[in-house]
Amino acid sequence: MSTRTVSKRARRVDKRQKKSFLFSREMVEAISGNGNVPEFIKEYRSLAWDEFEKLPIPTTSEEAWRRTNLRRLPVDEFFPVSMENLTTESLFPIDAELIEPLVGDIHGGQIVFTNEEVQVELSSTISAKGVIFTDLITAERQHPDLLSLIMGKIVKSDEGKFAALAAAMSQKGVFLYVPQGIHVELPLHSVIWAPGKDLAFFSHILVWLEEGSSVTYLHEAASPNEQDGQALHAGLVEIYVGQGANLRFVELQSWGEHVWNFSHERARIDRDANLDWIFGAIGSHVTKNFSNIDLIGQGATGRMSGFYFTDGVQHFDHDTQQNHLAPNTMSDLLFKGALREHSRSVWQGMIYVAPGAQKTDGYQANRNLILDSNARADSIPGLEILADDVRCTHGATIGKIDPDQVFYLRSRGIPYKDAERLIVEGFFDPIMQRIPFGGVRTRFQDEILKKMG
Amino acid sequence: MSELDIRNVHVGIDGHEILKGVNLIVKQGEVHALMGPNGTGKSTLAYALMGHPSYEITEGEVCFKGIDLLELEPDERSHLGLFLAFQYPVAIPGVSVANFLRTAINAQRRAKDPDDKGISIPEFRRMLKERMDFFQMDHSFAGRYLNEGFSGGEKKRAEVLQMAALQPEIGLMDETDSGLDIDALRIVAEGVNSLRGPDLGILVITHYQRILNYIKPDYVHIMLDGQIVETGGPDLALHLEEHGYDWLRKRKRSAAA
Repeated sequence: MSTRTVSKRARRVDKRQKKSFLFSREMVEAISGNGNVPEFIKEYRSLAWDEFEKLPIPTTSEEAWRRTNLRRLPVDEFFPVSMENLTTESLFPIDAELIEPLVGDIHGGQIVFTNEEVQVELSSTISAKGVIFTDLITAERQHPDLLSLIMGKIVKSDEGKFAALAAAMSQKGVFLYVPQGIHVELPLHSVIWAPGKDLAFFSHILVWLEEGSSVTYLHEAASPNEQDGQALHAGLVEIYVGQGANLRFVELQSWGEHVWNFSHERARIDRDANLDWIFGAIGSHVTKNFSNIDLIGQGATGRMSGFYFTDGVQHFDHDTQQNHLAPNTMSDLLFKGALREHSRSVWQGMIYVAPGAQKTDGYQANRNLILDSNARADSIPGLEILADDVRCTHGATIGKIDPDQVFYLRSRGIPYKDAERLIVEGFFDPIMQRIPFGGVRTRFQDEILKKMG
Repeated sequence: MSELDIRNVHVGIDGHEILKGVNLIVKQGEVHALMGPNGTGKSTLAYALMGHPSYEITEGEVCFKGIDLLELEPDERSHLGLFLAFQYPVAIPGVSVANFLRTAINAQRRAKDPDDKGISIPEFRRMLKERMDFFQMDHSFAGRYLNEGFSGGEKKRAEVLQMAALQPEIGLMDETDSGLDIDALRIVAEGVNSLRGPDLGILVITHYQRILNYIKPDYVHIMLDGQIVETGGPDLALHLEEHGYDWLRKRKRSAAA
């Protein structure tokens, strides 16, 4: 009896040791091997690959991963999407609603990635102003100097296993550059549509706003649900908002519920610049997202607004940092989530105020609405303040729908289900209103209603 | 004609009996005032009739339009034509007055006809504007989140506005006058009076005579300790104003003895 147990245990250890990612240095070299890739990018990817190999898969013994367990991540089932391995089986075509113009009937600029191709569209009035909005492969060829300002400079590839992987492997990516003093009136839009299972997707978004410029940019990642298989996404977002510039960045994900989604994102905000960053998350099986703002110049402001809705066995973990690195900076974070069934959310946030960053004003709040007793939300605010003349506040709430609200609505003839929906819709409304596109807003509101059943 | 027939109703909260056998009939077209000191169970009656889950009806029955009201969910009671103007309307953050009211109107219409497509947006806007003008509310009111940050007067006006929009057959008004200054009270009372007519029966719950100067009741009932102890015409309220409740308390005590 006891010998059997021992042998069983030994087998299990063996199996675990064998499990490793299918990615290789050859794949990284192949990405950079077409001759058009500048040396610094080849080196960046190669070093990132070294980091990836060096770093272990995160475990719950690390503070940042304490509440997100990757034990069930099927590491050896993901193969990178590339032209060579496209299966002949028919994949879901892109959802037409995803690529509708954001305002009116014309696109300011739109980049659409599918597994097979990328389509780039930028209005001539915008490109005539010197604005660059293109895919990463084109940018590597045409704008290596500008790219070198930002690539790997804001998010370091050694920040984590998945940061390194995305840095080494990303071919899908967007480069947005707005020259000094240019105001882009129409919003820009990029979409990654990633159908298929047993695949790995990588993305790298790079945004650089020169002094005094402004733009609104929406990036979306989406995929249909796939049965009997899983997928991986690892992404990077690097943003620089130059002095006095103004960026509104809306980032929405509706990954299929078979996707393990990891991302490392950071925006660096310079003197008197302003970032309005809006996150929306409804998809994926597991998401672990690191989003940071670094307020590096006096008078910089950053607002982070997020909404998430989880159901089934979804698990979202948002890890945010508001780093006040200069005096007179302001940050304001509000993440709101609702949870159904057995799903779980984690939000852990940190406001850091560096020594000397006086007259700083930092705020963070996380509000959760638990719709089923099996759902669970963890909310962990944090402050680390090394200056003395600052104002930092935080708040976290986890609650259920107020039965008195339900009764009030029902007394007006609104049935229970609709009352619940109305309350949840209202809960999200202040964040939804920060998405400046009616069509996109409605799409996500509808998705949430669908999830509510 | 619809009537709300309340027979020997006993209501408890957390096992504590508040109403101890209430009998009352309110018919369409009539205005009843239910008066009594604080804590005698007037609001409990209103909540229990509307179906608040915390109020347990331990005995008695309530018949509305020949249907056993107590078997129905709160929304079904509303569909049947019952309305409660809350003493403390709850805020619903993120839901605008217009969105809420349109949802409520459409829910009412769908309850009558499952194929109803709902009120058209122009028709709804027109209706809402007219009502808001009548209650001297700024049109921006429609876009505000329901009851959130409303002043006392705004909340009560919003309650009567909803009553006007939903057109119930019996309206229960729970302390609609409390917390209102004299101008707000007049606006609210005028609103209620404008709705008076053969199609609407009203039960005005109050412990002040004041509102009854504006909304003239056909009947006045006095509640003490969970029971209606006296019923009369409008002059009963005036008598009460002068003599207070003590004579009723004394009579009740001696009756018990």
